Amino acid sequence: MKPILEVHELAKKYRISHLSSGYLSLRERMVRPFRLQKEESEDFWALRDISFDVYPGESIGIIGRNGAGKSTLLKILSKITPPTRGRIISRGRIASLLEVGTGFHPELTGRENIFFNGSLLGMKRREIETRFDEIVSFSGVEKFLDTPLKHYSSGMQLRLAFSVAAFLEPETLIIDEVLAVGDADFQRKCLGKMEDVSKSGRTILFVSHDLSAVEKLCSRTVLLQAGTIHMIANTSEVVNHYLQKKTPAVTERELTKNVWLTNITFGTGRITSCSTVPISIALSYESKLPVITEFCLIIYTLRGYRVAIIDLRDYFKDFEYTSNQILVRGLILNLNLVQGDYQIGLHFGIDYIVGEVQDIATIAIDDNPQTSIQRYSPQYRGVMELSFKKDS
Amino acid sequence: MKEHDEFVVDAEKRTLFDWQELWYYKELFYFFTWRDIKIKYKQTALGFLWAILQPLLMMIIFTVFFGRALGVPSQNLPYPVFVLSGLLLWNAFSSGLTSSANSMLNNAPIIKKIYFPRLIIPVSSILVALFDFIMSFALFIILLIFYKQPVSLNVFWCWPVALLITLIATLGPGCLLAALNVKYRDFRYIIPFLVQVLFFLTPVIYPVSVLKYPLLQYALVMSPMYAAVELFRYPLTGVEINVTFMFISLLAGVMILIVGLVYFKRTEDYFADFA
Repeated sequence: MKPILEVHELAKKYRISHLSSGYLSLRERMVRPFRLQKEESEDFWALRDISFDVYPGESIGIIGRNGAGKSTLLKILSKITPPTRGRIISRGRIASLLEVGTGFHPELTGRENIFFNGSLLGMKRREIETRFDEIVSFSGVEKFLDTPLKHYSSGMQLRLAFSVAAFLEPETLIIDEVLAVGDADFQRKCLGKMEDVSKSGRTILFVSHDLSAVEKLCSRTVLLQAGTIHMIANTSEVVNHYLQKKTPAVTERELTKNVWLTNITFGTGRITSCSTVPISIALSYESKLPVITEFCLIIYTLRGYRVAIIDLRDYFKDFEYTSNQILVRGLILNLNLVQGDYQIGLHFGIDYIVGEVQDIATIAIDDNPQTSIQRYSPQYRGVMELSFKKDS
Repeated sequence: MKEHDEFVVDAEKRTLFDWQELWYYKELFYFFTWRDIKIKYKQTALGFLWAILQPLLMMIIFTVFFGRALGVPSQNLPYPVFVLSGLLLWNAFSSGLTSSANSMLNNAPIIKKIYFPRLIIPVSSILVALFDFIMSFALFIILLIFYKQPVSLNVFWCWPVALLITLIATLGPGCLLAALNVKYRDFRYIIPFLVQVLFFLTPVIYPVSVLKYPLLQYALVMSPMYAAVELFRYPLTGVEINVTFMFISLLAGVMILIVGLVYFKRTEDYFADFA
């Protein structure tokens, strides 16, 4: 059988120029020939030597840390950006869902948005018409079909958006992290729908941080690391391998254009379960003081399941502001997580850009034996330690 | 498996235009145009009437200032008929040019997330302008009846051809500016200025014959819109068409079209990285 998708030695180079603004201005272009010093720019290979084949009906997971090249790979596969080197041969219609609701317009009604979005995703008008009732009933927004989208709640918009996408029938479907949003109930519905899709013999490429979803959906998985394929094998093998590797120490990371996360410490030395843990987060910024509107530390399990957030919105005034740094220091009282490894992430709203980084660091929490009896092994104990006290 | 389903992305090989692919995506032209028309007139009390009101008001203003007050000649036509015949095509050109030049930036969120032939975006913006043209064309017909303006049979080829020239004249610079605008945001400020200058260079409110210097006339007919306006008026005025002028104007239009399309196509792949 011929592969439905062949990827040969794909590479993508970006040129990072250290211009003041993100885009070129004509003035910069015009003065360039007269500049004495060479313009600072460097090449950055987002992807190197990526080769793999996908056979019809397979579901392939793509995992890797932030910046490993997952999104770039998806963009090339969906023809949004061309590769610098290499070749892709696809034997079938590819539809990609890099986000749900692309092209949704607030002024258009739900009905109108279904048609426009469906068409963008590659559906023919006839297809949309025949599927229209199914799409609407899957989304559950029947009553608001002729209301402009701007009056929808964000949950309703999302449901409508996913419903359109769910009824795509391409030979190959590329999905990026779209399940990371929406309420749990709807997420389950979406995951179920995707399982149906893969069972019906279509090919899926699925990128996610949610390892359990990848395990559920994908037979084979590609692990990307720093732009190259680190491993490609059965999903369980790859996931286990991925989980064993600890995140290296925090490297500086850009949160928004002007603001970097420079350091994060979580506890000092060993962290024991149910203890009080000092934390500190350092951000550095250039030129102007950033406006912070949201700031939460997030704790995930290694499988990407969100355990808790530490909401710091009430403490902005307690942050320490210096001329180029913002320091957040404090204590987490009684960190009652079951022993094991957890991931630390950050949710932020800085200068009106809201974002999330999911894998800043991995922390290990040690057991804190408080009982005299033999403890159950951690896998039976869930994620939270609760203690019991006799009624007196 | 259908043939269009198989595709190859190769870093080494690039085709200039894939007409087959454009044809495959034909419905998207319709959907983009349809969406833009809907959005344009949503939440306006008068809705589509604006497409008629705008040229009507401009016609009245020009008639008062140029026709009456300044006495600009109008090739033996009533001045309102003269100016509206020019404005019809001019508005299609200027609004098509402005919106197609900004279209890539306005649709950047879509460009970054979904693939389709990018040419669909500027072309659809021009089709929106064509829709407005059709609305205001109705106004023009009413005006012709009102003034009992005689029209020669040449309309049947002159008007469609003039419209076609307008579309070509819009598409060329529209694509060029759309692509440049993605790369250099400066063009956002250049475009309104450019349109304004072109307006005075195109014989919309005056006939070319008022210019006494032949050299100046040659400069003016470099504008592709010259051919469109002149041809559109021909069945009304009966004034002999200057074939040389016409040829220069058409040549300019075709050349800009080729430059625009080629530049657009060559930068198209990188829009998602730049936008």
